Amino acid sequence: MTRLSNAFPADRAALITFITAGDPSVEDTPAILDALVEGGADIIELGMPFTDPMADGPAIQAANIRSLTGGTKTADVLNIAKGFRARHPNVPLILMGYANPMTIRGADWFADACVSNGVDGVICVDIPVEEDDSLGDALRSNEIAVVRLATPTTDAARLPTILNNASGFLYYVSVAGITGLQQAAQASIEEAVNRLKSGTDLPVAVGFGVRTPDQAADIARVADGVVVGSAIVELVEKYGKDAYAPVRDYIASLASAIASAR
Amino acid sequence: MNDQANSFKNQPDERGHFGQFGGRYVAETLMPLILDLEKEYRAAQNDPEFAAQFDDLLTNYVGRPSPLYYAQGLTEELRKTAPEGKGAQIWFKRDELNHTGAHKINNCIGQILLAMRMGKTRIIAETGAGQHGVATATVCARFGLPCYIYMGSKDIERQAPNMFRMKLLGAQVIPVESGTGTLKDAMNEALRDWVANVDDTFYIIGTAAGPHPYPELVRDFQSVIGKEARAQMLDRINRLPDMLVAAIGGGSNAIGLFHPFLDDKDVEMLGVEAAGHGLDKEHAASLSGGKPGILHGNKTYLLQDEDGQIDEAHSISAGLDYPGIGPEHSWLKESGRVRYDSVTDTEALDAFQLLCRTEGIIPALEPSHAIAAVAREAVKMDQDKIILANLCGRGDKDIFTVAEALGTEI
Repeated sequence: MTRLSNAFPADRAALITFITAGDPSVEDTPAILDALVEGGADIIELGMPFTDPMADGPAIQAANIRSLTGGTKTADVLNIAKGFRARHPNVPLILMGYANPMTIRGADWFADACVSNGVDGVICVDIPVEEDDSLGDALRSNEIAVVRLATPTTDAARLPTILNNASGFLYYVSVAGITGLQQAAQASIEEAVNRLKSGTDLPVAVGFGVRTPDQAADIARVADGVVVGSAIVELVEKYGKDAYAPVRDYIASLASAIASAR
Repeated sequence: MNDQANSFKNQPDERGHFGQFGGRYVAETLMPLILDLEKEYRAAQNDPEFAAQFDDLLTNYVGRPSPLYYAQGLTEELRKTAPEGKGAQIWFKRDELNHTGAHKINNCIGQILLAMRMGKTRIIAETGAGQHGVATATVCARFGLPCYIYMGSKDIERQAPNMFRMKLLGAQVIPVESGTGTLKDAMNEALRDWVANVDDTFYIIGTAAGPHPYPELVRDFQSVIGKEARAQMLDRINRLPDMLVAAIGGGSNAIGLFHPFLDDKDVEMLGVEAAGHGLDKEHAASLSGGKPGILHGNKTYLLQDEDGQIDEAHSISAGLDYPGIGPEHSWLKESGRVRYDSVTDTEALDAFQLLCRTEGIIPALEPSHAIAAVAREAVKMDQDKIILANLCGRGDKDIFTVAEALGTEI
């Protein structure tokens, strides 16, 4: 958790990057993770592949299928995390995915696995606050951050419910929709970030539909973090096992835009 | 003395849980909408106007009450091979005679009334066999709302007549290629549509599954089946049946029949899942061959591997071809109140033909699974016992599938 709270610099927004574990293969994922760090990512979200990623758009759906078709198991995802932690002792790593693969062996099992493989936090797409006891308690008692999502449908009445027991950072899903398709208007992002920040001391990161360095810079001016996922996953799709250099260069272009945004 | 605590009818709890099952496992974007839907449903439950509208449409548009029918031909046929004195009387609740040919319309009427109450102007739905798609397209045409139906590409192939029906009714059918191109993928895609169109869209879920309050409200709308059947039985022969039998995919026709009888202790209940090619091969029997997990908004029994990846289901019946089941059935299984069994593709095909020959009724492949189980149970029961099965759909839509399975060209 300390790794995570230290990852948000005071003078600029953090760059938070997502890839799907096991895409294009279990063997190739470590190098792509290294490319993210090398390019300047501050926080890594490692996607746990799932057969039914109902909150994801076409790019991440396809990545899930490529990974599972290649035979990725939960044990492989955890091994990838463990290897990452050994190579990058200071870079926070978050597992992101769906409830069923996370809870199938029990919440305690998963929380233990997070601890022993160097995972700092968890984002579970389909466990809202109302079902928090099916995973959140076990994670928190093991000091794994439970990162909550706020969305354009989160009104003032609901926000305190989401913030109760939230940790790490608050992830603002800027579009009511699925991953990777369109970006929200800058004005609505600014309004939402200001509203969220008035309700919490947690850093607020913004994601969904962020693709270009310019878009990242715009968000970096108002938010504490910028999340980029589908655009990276599309590079992995295009370059496969040769994705290291293109991913590193793309991340570097985002990092540099974010660094000079404020 | 504590009747309420001992009742099997007091589920779910205020969080939408049926024991450990059910719940609201959805993306945060959908949570405010789900909470809103629950609020609106509670208001509708207390609104006599809503009930009056629902009842009027069921009577005059759907054609309810559906008949309760003593299947003498089938009863006598089964007695021929039964041991001496065995061969229970078989009765059918004839929900295949509803407008659109299946029980699905009961739920669609209820949900579209809710949608209009909430001011929603766009309807989406998923469909497997196409029966729920047709029923949804029907109510959308009736009330003039645009209708988008997600249907797996594999299901479109095997349910061409229903595909065309939906188009005639003015619905746009969106083929789903992702995953295995069946019901679960159609549901994923409908959820993706919903999350992107929360402001104006109502999702009419076709079975008693999904996030709370769907399992509860679909059950309540479908309970008209069991309420009618119970009253009809008492009226006709002044007694309750000894056993209820219904096929189960997601489980809406079964829960609709069972629920009003749950506290009738002497009424045994049997839910019949699709065993496909056999429980040791590809099948769709979540309760017999799966274990608890989380998918599509609820915790329930699922076909899945040790990592929680969802397995592909298989059944000759597109309507049963789903790797999950409504959460109340998972709870009824664990509580022991309902027994669950399964029937293979081959057994269902035999039962399909048996009913055609003995009763002059062409059943859908879904209730053919129930009929196969009825045949299996009836010969073990005394002749004065009564089995009531839900004939939840008619088989016109399935004749091409059946012809192909029987090696006949039409």
